[in-house]
Amino acid sequence: MAVATSHYLILSAILFSIGVAGVLTRRNAIVIFMCIELMLNAVNLAFVAFARHLGQADGQVFVFFVMAVAAAEVAVGLAIIIAVFRNRETVDVAEVNLLKW
Amino acid sequence: MALSTLTFYLFALITVGSGVVVVFANRLIHAVFALLFTFFGTAGLYVFLGADFVAGAQVLVYVGGILVLMLFGVMLTNRIYDLQILAERVHFKRSVAVVGVGFALLATIIFRTPWQMVEGVEPASTTVSIGRLLMSEYVLPFEIAAMLLLAALIGASMLASRDNEEGDL
Repeated sequence: MAVATSHYLILSAILFSIGVAGVLTRRNAIVIFMCIELMLNAVNLAFVAFARHLGQADGQVFVFFVMAVAAAEVAVGLAIIIAVFRNRETVDVAEVNLLKW
Repeated sequence: MALSTLTFYLFALITVGSGVVVVFANRLIHAVFALLFTFFGTAGLYVFLGADFVAGAQVLVYVGGILVLMLFGVMLTNRIYDLQILAERVHFKRSVAVVGVGFALLATIIFRTPWQMVEGVEPASTTVSIGRLLMSEYVLPFEIAAMLLLAALIGASMLASRDNEEGDL
């Protein structure tokens, strides 16, 4: 007997909540990045769980698109963080507030 | 309790436990290595769900690509043992409230919905069907994703290169 889909969805919800908590509470830009990855992983898990639930591979195809977007986001985001660090000597998001109105 | 259920809970425990470490670790390097375990736990869950190709891609892309990039980011930007900024947390109570409400909403939806599972579908190798879908039904999103990746990589190398002196990024 396979594990029920709701178990996977609850696990995905827990992972997503952990990621949200990290983004809201931490001030280090790199930790915030890792928490976003955590949330994307939670969504991927839900996609794969639904793919099995419906017996189709479409959900697994979407996982690849999420992975592609995650990879692009990490590349650009880390480049921005490194550029900011080079100029301001900090990765604290509370101190990088030039674009904040 | 069946062995498969036990394995599921083991992987779930690894994933959630290391996820908590990612959020609450004081040292950045601990958080990165905890993220490694989260990715491996998720890959195990994918295998468990019968998604063999996705599990392989998870290990290749996340562990081999994204995590290494994260490690480079950590090493390049931080005095790793500088605990002052790293351990600090803001808006703790408000965040817990927001996360609690969000999770309660999700859990309510998940438990209220009657999940009718399609039974009797044995998990076969999914690589063929994924490839077929990517090249037929989802070929336009596939090409857009490829363009996005190309643009992102060019942009990232432009941003991170030291040569552009004219503007202050």
